[in-house]
Amino acid sequence: MNRVRFLFIIAAILLFAGFGPIPCVSGAEPDSPSEVTLADTPHEEETSTAAPASQAPRWIDPDRINLMVILGLFFFLVLLFIRKAVKGSPLYVRRISGLGAIEEAIGRATEMGKAVLYVPGIDDVNNIQTIYSMVILGSVAKIVAKYETPLIVPVCKAFVVPLAEETVKQGYLDAGHPDAYNPDNIRYLSDEQFAFTAGVDGIMLREKPAANLFLGSFFAESLILAETGFSTGAIQIAGTANIHQLPFFVVACDYTLIGEEFFAATAYLSDEPKLVGTLKGSDWMKVFLIAALIVGVILETFGVTAFTEWLTVQ
Amino acid sequence: MKREVPLIITAVFGSFMVIEYFVPHPTVTSFGEMLQQWAIIVVAFAYVLGVANIVRINGEKISRRSKDWPYAFPLLAGLAFMLTVGVVFGVGNGTLFNDFYLYAYAPMSGTMFSLLAFFIASAAFRAFRIRTVEAGLLAVAAIIVMLGRVPVGAEMWDKLPVISDWIMNAPQMAAKRAILIGAALGAISTGLKVILGIERNYLGGD
Amino acid sequence: MEGFDRRYVFVVILLVVLIPLLAPLGLPIRVSKEVVGAYDAIERVPPGSTVYFACDYDPATLPEVHPMSYATLNHLFSRDIKVVGACLWPGGPPLLEEVLTRVGEEKFGKKYGVDFVNLGYKEGREVVMVSLGKSIPGTFPADFYGTPVSELPIMDGIEDFTDVAMIVNISAGYPGTKEWVQQVQSRFHVILAAGCTAVSAPEYYPYYQSGQLVGLLGGLAGAAEYEKLVGVSGTATRGMDAQSLGHLAIIVFIVIGNILYFRSTRSRRRTRG
Repeated sequence: MNRVRFLFIIAAILLFAGFGPIPCVSGAEPDSPSEVTLADTPHEEETSTAAPASQAPRWIDPDRINLMVILGLFFFLVLLFIRKAVKGSPLYVRRISGLGAIEEAIGRATEMGKAVLYVPGIDDVNNIQTIYSMVILGSVAKIVAKYETPLIVPVCKAFVVPLAEETVKQGYLDAGHPDAYNPDNIRYLSDEQFAFTAGVDGIMLREKPAANLFLGSFFAESLILAETGFSTGAIQIAGTANIHQLPFFVVACDYTLIGEEFFAATAYLSDEPKLVGTLKGSDWMKVFLIAALIVGVILETFGVTAFTEWLTVQ
Repeated sequence: MKREVPLIITAVFGSFMVIEYFVPHPTVTSFGEMLQQWAIIVVAFAYVLGVANIVRINGEKISRRSKDWPYAFPLLAGLAFMLTVGVVFGVGNGTLFNDFYLYAYAPMSGTMFSLLAFFIASAAFRAFRIRTVEAGLLAVAAIIVMLGRVPVGAEMWDKLPVISDWIMNAPQMAAKRAILIGAALGAISTGLKVILGIERNYLGGD
Repeated sequence: MEGFDRRYVFVVILLVVLIPLLAPLGLPIRVSKEVVGAYDAIERVPPGSTVYFACDYDPATLPEVHPMSYATLNHLFSRDIKVVGACLWPGGPPLLEEVLTRVGEEKFGKKYGVDFVNLGYKEGREVVMVSLGKSIPGTFPADFYGTPVSELPIMDGIEDFTDVAMIVNISAGYPGTKEWVQQVQSRFHVILAAGCTAVSAPEYYPYYQSGQLVGLLGGLAGAAEYEKLVGVSGTATRGMDAQSLGHLAIIVFIVIGNILYFRSTRSRRRTRG
């Protein structure tokens, strides 16, 4: 996509929003036909976010400057490291044992002649974790295609089905085994959380996969899935950013990707420079946050509260 | 254009919503509010698509005689029944829809959720093995918190709830905050990648 | 250890949970400061004010969080506070309707549309939350029954969160308390008290500690504590005996599991030695 054209389109839309016929310019008429409402509402004047008449509208919210600075710093770090990665600078990513275990688990399933079960979470495509799960699913699909191991992917949301189908098909294509792709193994069970859980439990108990991969957004069903999988003797690898479910996965699974390790999985598996750069940017942001914590603790201990107050969201 | 248009939409509106958070000017906030209304409408429309998708997928399952295809019949029948009953007779108290909801759907959901009680016990029995010092600390902390959170703990020793509260408010909270910050940074960086078009997996295959 | 049939564990759990439900022990309940915080926040709301009640759960978590709804609504209605209720979970509206009718109408004689309203469900999650902060009638133009909110007396003068005294959120996951804190409390600076499942509660302690949540009801224990504060003996209070014995049983299993583990480790060492 041409960058100049791209920037021109952004500028045009923002200009249009700022000075065009959209009645966000002050003095909007009530009942303006272009004012979007779902139905007639009792309150039809401009919303309360407009500045009082005596004060000129502000372009920057002074209460949120602290957040803007921190976010700006984070974006700068991410973009800096992406640039470095793209230019070929070596960026170290530590080994995440859970990810290394995935290939081991698939190998085990192949030796036993059993399937691999991949559960991409129960949330919809709008959840970042589901998107990341699809990336890992693509890598898993490539490996199982190479070993000719069956891959079962139960899906909870209807919208995720075509995404999962395409991802797995692409994985088989990339591995050079397009004929081995079986669309029946991408199984849409139910949109309902526990109906889906019951369905996956049924698959685990009937088909007894040798490896269970739970990677995505999970909620209360996580322990039910993991315990049932454990009872079948499968090797289990889990990963989620839903921290309230992590204890259950840690207890019931052989390997668990904790929080951000799950996000780092795409960078680790794909070795794509931009993704590795993002990871390094996040890591450096954490260094800044730790430094801020230490400085804040020292200052607070000596009664200097200005730093803490500046960081507090108003 | 199949990939470029969604990328442009994502970049423009994603960037705008980030900017909108920091800019209180009516020009920006009004447009932001309008985008939010659009989002609600589009998401609501997604439910229509969702139902259509469910019917399509299960219909294909039946026609292709795929694995477990007989189960598609009760799913589609249930969908049609609840939809019809809800539209024709309403969804308020005392309606057939509400009765099925409270006396069929609710107990079934609760039953599945209640399995957790049994699985937590069997998982704890299997997994809380004191192999290392850290595992020992974990087991001790778990026992203190489990007893401190219920009335029987206070009956056994009145200081137990106090120690349990300290564990929850100090070391536990510190660890939770750290994981929260890490996960939040991961989510923000992913959002940035999606807005900038670096992350494109949500668009599907190449 | 490996050969131990876990169904014995299941049977023991079934018995220790079932027996106290049938024959309550009446163990005293100690109220935590997080629950007191929520209680005090509602106590400070002047009678006649309006509170927004965010009911974000579905039937799966009904036994754990529905008692919180009962207890908090008992408190709100007993103080003649009006309640505007809505859901961000599709399975929520009938549950909200049930508890509003039982507590508001049947117990306190409140009138629908005047003292309380069920606005129903709206999909959009965080977007709906932010939209509510700009305009509640704009986000929910009609209630659960399709009646335009402009025709409901309770909605007179209710435009956004500046017109409500506080938000009480009972949630079981996503979207839930965390999103209310992130999207609503931080933007619109509304007083927010929350109730959630026990497994989620530790995640929200930082928000309580920072003051973003004025109170937090965690799980069945939180619900039972609130029932004690408002003087109501509901399912949460009855469930605490079962929960107490259930926790004790799990601790016993942990101890037994470790005893068996150490014995097997020692006998393996002896065999090797």
